[in-house]
Amino acid sequence: MFAELLQYLLSGLTIGAIYALAGLGFSIIYNASHVINFAQGEFIMIGGMASATLTASGVPLPLAILIGCGGAMLVGVLVAKFAVERARNASTVTLIIITIGASIFLRGVAELVWGKDFKRLDAFSGETPIQILGASMQPQSLWVVGTAGVLIVAIGLFFAKTLTGKAILATSHNRLAAQLVGIDVKRVVLASFALSAALGAVGGAVVAPITFSYTEMGIMLGLKGFTAAVLGGLGHGPGAVAGGLIVGIAEALGAGYISSAYKDAVAFVIILAVLLFMPNGLFGKRGTERV
Amino acid sequence: MRKRLLATFAFTAAFTAVAAVTAVPGLMSAAAQAADPIKVGAIVSATGPASFLGDPEKKVLELYADRINKAGGVDGRPLQLTVYDDGGAADKAASFTKRLIESDGVDVIVGGTTTAATMAAVPLVERAGVPFISLAGAVVIVEPVKKWVFKTPHTDRMAAEKVMEDMRKRGLTKLALLSEDSGFGKSGREQTVAVAKERGIELVADETYGAKDTDVTAQLTKIKNNASAQAVLVFGLGQGPAVVTKNYRQLGIALPLYQSHGVASKEYIRLAGGAAEGVRLPAAGLVVAAQLADSDPQKKVVTDFTKVYEDSFNTEVSTFAGHAYDGLMIALDAVKRAGGTDKAKLRDAIEQTKGYVGTGGTVTMSAKDHMGLTLDAFHMVEVRQGDWALVK
Repeated sequence: MFAELLQYLLSGLTIGAIYALAGLGFSIIYNASHVINFAQGEFIMIGGMASATLTASGVPLPLAILIGCGGAMLVGVLVAKFAVERARNASTVTLIIITIGASIFLRGVAELVWGKDFKRLDAFSGETPIQILGASMQPQSLWVVGTAGVLIVAIGLFFAKTLTGKAILATSHNRLAAQLVGIDVKRVVLASFALSAALGAVGGAVVAPITFSYTEMGIMLGLKGFTAAVLGGLGHGPGAVAGGLIVGIAEALGAGYISSAYKDAVAFVIILAVLLFMPNGLFGKRGTERV
Repeated sequence: MRKRLLATFAFTAAFTAVAAVTAVPGLMSAAAQAADPIKVGAIVSATGPASFLGDPEKKVLELYADRINKAGGVDGRPLQLTVYDDGGAADKAASFTKRLIESDGVDVIVGGTTTAATMAAVPLVERAGVPFISLAGAVVIVEPVKKWVFKTPHTDRMAAEKVMEDMRKRGLTKLALLSEDSGFGKSGREQTVAVAKERGIELVADETYGAKDTDVTAQLTKIKNNASAQAVLVFGLGQGPAVVTKNYRQLGIALPLYQSHGVASKEYIRLAGGAAEGVRLPAAGLVVAAQLADSDPQKKVVTDFTKVYEDSFNTEVSTFAGHAYDGLMIALDAVKRAGGTDKAKLRDAIEQTKGYVGTGGTVTMSAKDHMGLTLDAFHMVEVRQGDWALVK
């Protein structure tokens, strides 16, 4: 009984860590530009595909991940520069549609570059399951949770300690004021896209051994990441992380104790409930409309 | 007024000239071959979510149409192949079927990569009276029998029957089912439930997973803790079954694991890696071409087809490519026997297909059976050392 619960929690934690990374990417971009970037899932896909195909052709894994990251950052900057920046004054809905368009475009290009089949990436440290009190997990799960943890701490430090990080934060609080004190707001937006892209790409590389990589892997991960970000309060970094873990664990428990048929529904029921009853998420600040 | 007339005249003249220039080579080549072409239409999902099925199908149809034409056609008549890509959307499949029937005037249609695309085309071909050979799996396509509709692949029902036959041989009677929440998985689930009842196999668990799920340990934990299960059957396509297989080994479940014919490609073994060892599944002879006994009538057909396919495309042969090959060959064989492309005669000839040996098995159709395959067409295979091995 306890082993069963532990197994569900472990499964939920692994998948939740992935959602947390995706959710964090949503939050960073939302903070800097108030854009909800639905191409976030595609950054994950680029990381996964690049590391899987490059290692298959003999490139060492760390280098492959770095190249994937670099590629994703470049793509992120291009999306920001040529799709989002040009529609700077458009409404939120228009911007969302633009990022959805960008995601479809990226999937199409990826299909041309990498083909339609699934790519396999070997687990980083073997596939012998780890047994914990009757439950078991793949060693790769530790990589996912560990990488997510390290990245989340690193992002926290980046925002608290570096000038660029502070500039992004300042822009998120008040764009006009930030501009007045000499922050190059446009570059902040570009930097935030590059940062989320890198985050997504690393996430894609560490989850690829579990999920396999293919050009459409980003769709569901992106949606769940969005759920995580909304649950935690859009723009709230630690909130997105908590949101991701909650969604992941709720899904695993739902599949285990209720019915596997409703697994995906769990995430979307959560998002509906959040939007109806606490639109600012668990940790988001209450929005105030000034007249 | 006069000016406008002149302009109209000039335009018409130019148009006629262009039309003539483009038409003449066509006319000449037709004249050279001295016969009307046999018009074969095809609708496949070469792009979209079912592209891993439709892409090889399209390639095979084009490859063989080309080879047949180079060898002089069928009864001296060249083959004219028109392929449309429905992108995996049933509504597009329907409109392309309409186009094939009404504007292209095809004699026979091969295709409908997915069951949904096929079922969207069925009412149109039935109304127009055009022979239609589907490449999709579900049993609903040919049951109940529809006058103009045939199919080449094995059904999910046969897969369920084959698996349960193998279970009986091993003395297992209690099955846990884990099916994918896709069209293929849902239909497979229904058939498994029905077949289990007929064959006296007890279904002790009935779980599902999403086609894009990345973790299925929750469902498998439930099955693991089900004390009465003696074997597990997974019904799905693509990467899902590979994820299930990896999670299955991770949890250390010791029960025999069966998969459906939906994963009978090397891709599955490549994705699941070592976890696939010992997994059993029903597969067409094409998958184990090299291991078939020399006395097997399929041996020559499947080894030849594998060679042609792999030499042309440099990738591993897939059973789906084989379905398209069978569809085209059955149609052309019927054209020969019908002595032409009169649609009613062609339909009758397809229905009378007897002992055609294809990549899927030996096909003998009848008025009651528009697929013509028996359970012998499936071979039970097991994954051993990263390759398929026939289970004797």
